[in-house]
Amino acid sequence: MSTITLASKRRRASLRTAAFMSPWLIGFAVFFAYPLISTVYFSFMHYDGFRPPTWNGTKNWTYVFEHYPLFWPALRNTLWLVLVMVTLRVAFGLGIGLLITKIKTGAGVFRTLFYLPYLAPPVAATMAFAFLLNPGTGPVNSILESVGIPAPGWFNDPSWSKPALTLLALWGIGDLMVIFMAALLDVPREQYEAAELDGASAWQRFRFVTLPTISPIVMFAVVTGVIQTMQYYAQPLIAGKVASGVIQGAGTQFQPGYPDKSTLTLPQLVYNLGFQRFDYGSACVVALVLFALSMVFTAFLMRRRGGLIQAGD
Amino acid sequence: MPGISRKVALVASVSAVLLATACTGQSSSGAEDDASAETTVTFWHAWSAPAETKAVKALVAGFEKAHPNIHVNVVGNMTDDKINQALRSGGAKAPDVISSFTTNNVGKFCSSGALVDLNPFFEKAGIDPEKTFPKAMNEYTQFEGDRCSVPLLGDAYGLYYNKTAFEKAGITSPPKTWSEFEADAEKLTIPDGDSYKQLGFMPNYHGWETTTEHYLGQFSPTYFDKDGKSTVAGDPAVSAAFTVQKKLVDQLGGYQRLEKYRTTLGDEWGPKHPFHTGQVAMQLDGEWRLGMALDAKPEFEIGVAPLPVPDDQADQYGKGYITGTIAGIAATSKKQNAAWELVKYMTTDTDAVIGFSNAIHNVPSTLAALKSPKLKYDPRFKTFLDIAANPNSTTSPASVNGGVYLATIQEFGYDYESGKAKDLKAGLAAAAKQIDTDIAQAK
Repeated sequence: MSTITLASKRRRASLRTAAFMSPWLIGFAVFFAYPLISTVYFSFMHYDGFRPPTWNGTKNWTYVFEHYPLFWPALRNTLWLVLVMVTLRVAFGLGIGLLITKIKTGAGVFRTLFYLPYLAPPVAATMAFAFLLNPGTGPVNSILESVGIPAPGWFNDPSWSKPALTLLALWGIGDLMVIFMAALLDVPREQYEAAELDGASAWQRFRFVTLPTISPIVMFAVVTGVIQTMQYYAQPLIAGKVASGVIQGAGTQFQPGYPDKSTLTLPQLVYNLGFQRFDYGSACVVALVLFALSMVFTAFLMRRRGGLIQAGD
Repeated sequence: MPGISRKVALVASVSAVLLATACTGQSSSGAEDDASAETTVTFWHAWSAPAETKAVKALVAGFEKAHPNIHVNVVGNMTDDKINQALRSGGAKAPDVISSFTTNNVGKFCSSGALVDLNPFFEKAGIDPEKTFPKAMNEYTQFEGDRCSVPLLGDAYGLYYNKTAFEKAGITSPPKTWSEFEADAEKLTIPDGDSYKQLGFMPNYHGWETTTEHYLGQFSPTYFDKDGKSTVAGDPAVSAAFTVQKKLVDQLGGYQRLEKYRTTLGDEWGPKHPFHTGQVAMQLDGEWRLGMALDAKPEFEIGVAPLPVPDDQADQYGKGYITGTIAGIAATSKKQNAAWELVKYMTTDTDAVIGFSNAIHNVPSTLAALKSPKLKYDPRFKTFLDIAANPNSTTSPASVNGGVYLATIQEFGYDYESGKAKDLKAGLAAAAKQIDTDIAQAK
């Protein structure tokens, strides 16, 4: 009897746990598991969105990796943005956060000034940047030329288009600045005082006090930055469109990536393959590559974070 | 753990079953509805400007007057993405009739059966499409014998030129061959340091409408052989078009200089378009440019002519590149006979086509309408009517994967004009191989 009662209690406890977890489980199943399984399924199917999908083996994978001319440039661009843009954004956000927490007067004004660009809609901000950085008529190049600095081609030059996108991302640093400011204000003052008494330099205080304390926030900023960059779609597309001068008219097919495929990113390929080429199978392959890359980066960063805390300790 | 594995397997299996059953392939439902019964059909179109939507309403009002039993629910400003989605899913609110500004998707719509084959409807109505629509329009509305769309007005490409600049340069008439064009473009170009006071012609492929297919249209390329394989590698028309464009680029200052100048110019759809402002003296463009240029009130007289032809095709002067809006009937429609009445009226009724053309200033899409005295237009617009009616005018054929082959050719064009690719023959061979690979992937 006691065994039955115990088993019954356990079952009830399990059911109760499941009931409490059910909202999350349903959300997970509907918004993550099902789309993920679907994506894997369709990556092995020939599916144009109109006719029923048919088994295609690994043809979509072969096509994307070996024959689709936009894949490797887009992957290279995405990795460049992850490595350079995310790193600079985190460093810049932390730097601005540090600066503003040190300012004694007018901190509110600077906080507002740095935060406001983040509120600008991405499409409008990108268009504004494309006009500001226009090599022919933009004020930025006019100023550079007036002081004798060679003016770059920005969004019209394949070697400058990604740095220009990075500049745009740094301009909208408000989100990271706020997060870092909150983290920096949370670092216990007594730790700094103790370090100062021990004769620690400013760099040592930052390296051995600030950084270990805010490392979870740094990690959060890096991981979310990587994921956001993996989904980077609107800004490079709009920048390429505006700079190319081909503002898509009705009935014309726009090929993303201007100039010379330098603004292509993987999410653009998902759209290009799925909705312009009606090749949902190959679009799913690219989506899975994005998923795998996000997982790899996140796992790598989580491991590195352990090392960072250890070094700080 | 084994329990969890079983659950995971169960979830995966259920998901797979759900996926398999959720996939909605379409097939024609047949046309069994009674077109003489009281009914309502839904018509989705992409026009959005107030004058255009007013014109569509007038067109539909004319239809409802002629067919009092058929009412039309008109939905405007529908993008191709929305149309594609509706064609896939169907449903009570999905369109019976669609129209799209692009001809790129005709191959997919026909081959997938998303739009019904209209050949039986034409036969039943006693209408011969070959005798009704211009040749190029007939071509871009069908794929491999399946006529799943109909032209609903068209666009013709020609040459706009600055008559005042022509006079100043001592040019008495618009160029008829590419050799004449090259000479005129050079004469019309006035350098200004590293830039230009006036550029004869912006040849770069990013120069708005100077895309590869619009250049190629003047050379009458074949694009595909009878087996559906790309011919761009071996077709002399293609290499000739690339050569002419590259020569223009080099002759007018080189790619970098032209690109730098291009960044100083206004955009295609605004009043500061470089042809309006006199910064560019000749412009390859569609018939809509005339109205836009006149609205911009330029300080010169606008001339319009067909685009030049290759020197060895001088007898074909007058042809041009043709494209346009298409209309079709959704395979998911349960009212296909009623929908056909609407499509037939909008696309083959001469007065309806003329009225719509007069209202939105596009080229009429029937041979009868093109010749009609009821057409109202600026005398210069006649050039585009003639281009549309010209049997030598060309288009880019429908393909199973939309405009991917055109994008591939265009990508090579960017590389070739910039000097990144130097070997034209090898580049075109690679483009042809890529086109064939992409089509095989799409089939």
